[in-house]
Amino acid sequence: MKSRHKKLALIGGALAVIGIIAALVLNALNSNIALYISPTDVAAGKAPQGKLFRIGGLVKEGSIAREADGVTIRFVVTDTDKDLTVNYKGILPDLFKEGKGVVAQGKLAENGTFTATEVLAKHDENYMPPEAAKAVGDAHARAAEKKAASEGAAAAPAAGSEKPKAGY
Amino acid sequence: MTRRFNLYHFASPATFYPLAGALIPWFAAASVLFGLAGLYLGMLVAPTDFQQGEGYRIIFIHVPASWMSMFIYLVMAFWAAIGLAFNTRLSGMMTQALAPTGALMAFLSLWTGALWGKPMWGTWWVWDARLTSELILLFLYIGYMALVAAIDDPRRADKAGGLLLLVGVVNVPIIYFSVKWWNTLHQGSSVNLTKSSMAETMLWGMLLMAMCFWMYAIAVAFARVRTIMLERERHTDWVKAILAGGEK
Repeated sequence: MKSRHKKLALIGGALAVIGIIAALVLNALNSNIALYISPTDVAAGKAPQGKLFRIGGLVKEGSIAREADGVTIRFVVTDTDKDLTVNYKGILPDLFKEGKGVVAQGKLAENGTFTATEVLAKHDENYMPPEAAKAVGDAHARAAEKKAASEGAAAAPAAGSEKPKAGY
Repeated sequence: MTRRFNLYHFASPATFYPLAGALIPWFAAASVLFGLAGLYLGMLVAPTDFQQGEGYRIIFIHVPASWMSMFIYLVMAFWAAIGLAFNTRLSGMMTQALAPTGALMAFLSLWTGALWGKPMWGTWWVWDARLTSELILLFLYIGYMALVAAIDDPRRADKAGGLLLLVGVVNVPIIYFSVKWWNTLHQGSSVNLTKSSMAETMLWGMLLMAMCFWMYAIAVAFARVRTIMLERERHTDWVKAILAGGEK
């Protein structure tokens, strides 16, 4: 074995060891690297008590409500399984919309709602012109109608329960 | 046997110096052409995004810069491995020539991301896995340049810098897959080798800009490696011949 081949093997081996160490460390830190937890995690009692943390999910359709003072808003964050009501007083980002991703930082209040100090919009990976977006939306609506029709009129139509985009 | 001879032939600074010099104008011209085409497509032809309006157009800088910041690091790590294993002179010069461009790309990526993040997300910065690992990449570039500059003997500097590059290479897959592995504020990737969730003209604008950045990186790295060669090999006959005969 020539010395340069030995060196090459040594470099490869060292890289493999570093990679394994990094994988183990990152795996151990897994929950700390995650930026936010889901409403399901909160419902399961995984939220830290009395400490700031972030929750993430989709803004539930039709849940945004403004209080009488005009600056306090209330909305529901959902992961389509569990919901969490969020209260927030402040400026909202441009991309904050119903049905879109959101990440909010704050604390759990006594009554089980979430009081946010910061609300961030989470963008998805879809980039398209408005016409294309409309076409996709129409197609979704048609599919939903078809599904509702095929399930029969007996079942009550679930209004506004369009499937959220998988992008969040 | 001839193939091997050729490889060593081009790995020698004396032959690589004029070759790089001849190639620089071509890469520079290609960069300008790709850049003009990419900017035209990105700024004038590509449609407005349905959610972000015009603000999304920063991706024509942001995404190519981020790709290049990762790719240049991989190339540097490759040269570092070659240099450590085969003790070639050219590899250390190449890593040093690439480092400032890589740092520039990481810096651009972070800044354009922050400029986009403020209006879209509502914040300049958040310590999520994607942003943090890209910041670490910038620190790796700066750390490499500082380490190499701090050691007087160029061969020793190359070895120390090469080790740092190889240890840091583990960060690149972490950056790339961070949005898959963890909850992050940064969105998942819109484009990979098999799929794209972007409108076609947007995608083409972005790819053209990526080519522009790529050609730019090569042209600048070649220009830089030529000066590094002259400086490091100043006691050799070929440099003396070039300096005596004027620039070639």
